[in-house]
Amino acid sequence: MTYSNKVLDHYENPRNTGSFEQGEEGVATGMVGAPACGDVMKLQIKVGKDGVIEDARFKTYGCGSAIASSSLVTEWVKGKTLDEALTIKNAQIAEELALPPVKIHCSVLAEDAIRAAVADYKKKHGE
Amino acid sequence: MSVDLSLDYFSLFGLPCRFRLDETALDRAWHALQTETHPDCHAHLPENAQRAAMQEALRINEAYITLKKSVTRARYLLELAGMSPDAINENVVAPEYLFEQLEWREAVQEAREANDVDTLEQLALRLQIQMAGVVTQLAGQLDEQRDLEAAADTVRRLMFLDKLRLGIDNALAALDD
Repeated sequence: MTYSNKVLDHYENPRNTGSFEQGEEGVATGMVGAPACGDVMKLQIKVGKDGVIEDARFKTYGCGSAIASSSLVTEWVKGKTLDEALTIKNAQIAEELALPPVKIHCSVLAEDAIRAAVADYKKKHGE
Repeated sequence: MSVDLSLDYFSLFGLPCRFRLDETALDRAWHALQTETHPDCHAHLPENAQRAAMQEALRINEAYITLKKSVTRARYLLELAGMSPDAINENVVAPEYLFEQLEWREAVQEAREANDVDTLEQLALRLQIQMAGVVTQLAGQLDEQRDLEAAADTVRRLMFLDKLRLGIDNALAALDD
């Protein structure tokens, strides 16, 4: 299988990898995994007092498409409110990265990661 | 036709339909059926009989591969009980467990980058012990408690551990060269 140039770009130069310091203010974590392929994806968001996502980090163990999907998502969520971040759909991720049908599940996982991170933030902040 | 293609994989080999497996009995039954359906034994028959024998041989091998490994055997039992493959594959594993998986993967990656064969072998051993525990748990859930939901959850966890084992094996093989 050949990866699109955009997937290769994110795979070779992943944006925003790693983790925030533990206990850092406004940080929430989404942790998702797909049993079928064994991929594990961690997405962290850092939310400012105004409710806007200031920064994001990811750590993904999986194929190139899973890494590219999560890398792209860290770029996309920045500057968005939580509700705006929730409007990001896997179809947009798949389209941007030109993912083939067998790799659509990687973009689904990235969408799930956004939902999980937002849910974690709301849980921590009693919303 | 020597093999009834409508039989489930366990009945095909004359084995009880359960998770706990007599591996020797499986191997023996497989060899016996393989000999019976081997294409060489049917080379003198008309083409349609040869094709039928080929189909039997394929099904027997598919059945053997499925039953041999615990994770695929458990999945097969869940499917026989009416659970769909999609339901088994659902992304519903608890985050705490996924964090643990992430830590395992990080440890494997670090050891691999440091060419640390000792650590990789220790990880492989720890994983082997953990997997044995998960398989025992699965046997109870499938054969005694008949708790399909709980068993499906354990199968999902086992699928992550399988992937992890592959990662450790690959790392060890790469360092071997």
